[in-house]
Amino acid sequence: MKSLVETDELGFYGKFGGAYIPELLYPAVEELRKAYLKYKDDTSFEDEFKALLKDYVGRPTPLYYSEKLSEKYGGKIYLKREDLCHTGAHKINNTIGQILLAKRLNKTQIVAETGAGQHGVATATVCALLGMECIIYMGEKDMERQAPNVQRIKYLGAKVIPAVSGSKTLKDATNEAIRHWINNPDTFYLIGSVVGPHPYPSMVAYFQSVISEEIIRQLQEKEGVNHPDKVIACVGGGSNAAGAFYHFYDVPEVDLIAVEAGGLGVKSGKSAATAQLGKPGVIHGSYTLLMQDEFGQITEPHSISAGLDYPGIGPLHAETIHSGRVDCIAINDDKALDHASFLAKSEGIIPALESSHALAVLDHLKIKKDEIIVINLSGRGDKDMSTLTQNME
Amino acid sequence: MKKEISIFTTAGYPEIDSLNRQLDLLEEFEIDFCEVGIPFSDPMADGPTIQETSMKAISNGMNIDLLFKQLSERQSNTPIYLMGYLNPIEQYGIERFLKKCVDNQIIGLILPDVSIEIYERNYRRLFEEYGISLCFLVTPRTSDDRIKRAAELSKNGFLYLVSTNQITGGTSKSQNSLDDRYLEVKKLAGSTKVMIGFGIHDRKSFEQKTAHVDGGIIGSAFLRAVQNNETESFLRGITNKTEKISTLASS
Ligand SMILES: Cc1ncc(COP(=O)(O)O)c(C=O)c1O
Repeated sequence: MKSLVETDELGFYGKFGGAYIPELLYPAVEELRKAYLKYKDDTSFEDEFKALLKDYVGRPTPLYYSEKLSEKYGGKIYLKREDLCHTGAHKINNTIGQILLAKRLNKTQIVAETGAGQHGVATATVCALLGMECIIYMGEKDMERQAPNVQRIKYLGAKVIPAVSGSKTLKDATNEAIRHWINNPDTFYLIGSVVGPHPYPSMVAYFQSVISEEIIRQLQEKEGVNHPDKVIACVGGGSNAAGAFYHFYDVPEVDLIAVEAGGLGVKSGKSAATAQLGKPGVIHGSYTLLMQDEFGQITEPHSISAGLDYPGIGPLHAETIHSGRVDCIAINDDKALDHASFLAKSEGIIPALESSHALAVLDHLKIKKDEIIVINLSGRGDKDMSTLTQNME
Repeated sequence: MKKEISIFTTAGYPEIDSLNRQLDLLEEFEIDFCEVGIPFSDPMADGPTIQETSMKAISNGMNIDLLFKQLSERQSNTPIYLMGYLNPIEQYGIERFLKKCVDNQIIGLILPDVSIEIYERNYRRLFEEYGISLCFLVTPRTSDDRIKRAAELSKNGFLYLVSTNQITGGTSKSQNSLDDRYLEVKKLAGSTKVMIGFGIHDRKSFEQKTAHVDGGIIGSAFLRAVQNNETESFLRGITNKTEKISTLASS
């Protein structure tokens, strides 16, 4: 049987996916698709990728047993510490993979979008490492709420261009990055999540799959089991979730729980709960679930967390949520804030606001004794300090 | 040979009911055909001008139902193609949309985010059933084989040659180096009409870019003229006509 992470030749996971791109992008997307197929199973590529993940990113990241969370909620709760990656989030796993592809394609200029700024930082970082020119599009609103990351991107030598259209957040930054790519077809577009036209969703999921690969090994060591009972991850576009779920999609005993941003409440009109509010349609080159009005105009999402403030969701998630393989739960702004605070005070770990949404799902689960639960702690909260301190009781 | 002139406009811009007045004017100027843009919130291949006109049109309340209503009331005989992104049409329902196109004598569609591959798999059967042609875009970088395939699929409409690899609204001078490629595209297209677009902004750039093909499409430059209340003088310039036809006739 076909694995859930495989697509057909046009890039569809079942109903969702594909490449809905203007002909202007066809040569660039086709070049990328061929390069990805060629290098994915190339041992020298694999060796270089793995070496950088180890020595530069600091992998494997720890799988940390949280005594406090386990005590409070029952079961055995582990945190997969992607917050300890170099630059502070899982995003760098993917940027290392893509920059090595860009190098093999002899590219010299990189363009990317960013929401929370973590992907922007991770992209600027690998561009500095490999000596490439780097341009980052970021929504004007996000530049304000994630100011420390803007400074980091600039300090690393990249150029930040504000996206001023629409809601001035991740969706608009993505539009601008795609337009830049159309105008500069020799530039490499280094996308930050499992979104966009095929092959991006598959490729980014693959580069992030190191997360679940490590979880398997670490649980064998710590618990003597081959898989956890539940894996929980937040979903903006869905790259950290795709990475944390990757090797478990085809293991039906593992519950996979995707957490999206409820904003002020799923029904409040100020939400980014794409799986619940979205309908099938086309955004940024793929057929997926997206938030839109009755006329098919894409609507503006809301989340306190810039990385989840996106009206779409990767097609792999659309397919697996739609089919029921993955459960999806929305967590509102206030609950995410509560859980950020709890983890900081109880474990001494300040999580990113995105990751705090994943933590908050614990309130909604019936947890059996001895159940092994892994929460993907996708990033650290340094970038969110102004939002976190403003909301301190 | 006389080159065909086509004008692109955004439905619902600048006013919700501007379309039919614009179509009348285009007929008076003997514009060969018109592309009516269905506004979309996130037009990925478009520059600032069409982004702005689209946002304005959406906030004016333009939508597909209203567009067809306006089209059904038109007096103008200028042939019409509809251009837009897939999502609003998907929500409307492809088959329902194609029916309405037939009812309103629409010749064909231009959907920049629908690739040849996706068209052949998902839409071709329906389009052929309704006799609506989808006109494909190609660029100077598109491979020869792909140009032939796109031209074959577009044969009842036209092949849309994007002049440079640029989003809409640029005013870049046509590089002479591309002229040879335009000529090759025209040859590869066989009997399919080739219209060039993106970046044509006045009579001079029109003449330059259409030298080797059948005609040219003017979009952003027309909309900028509309924005500046210079629609008629712009059309006079582009068509090389000193007066509107109606004025000529009556004088
Ligand atoms: C820490 C962190 N987690 C999660 C996300 C959401 O992205 P994705 O769903 O692709 O993992 C972001 C995005 O910026 C992030 O910075």
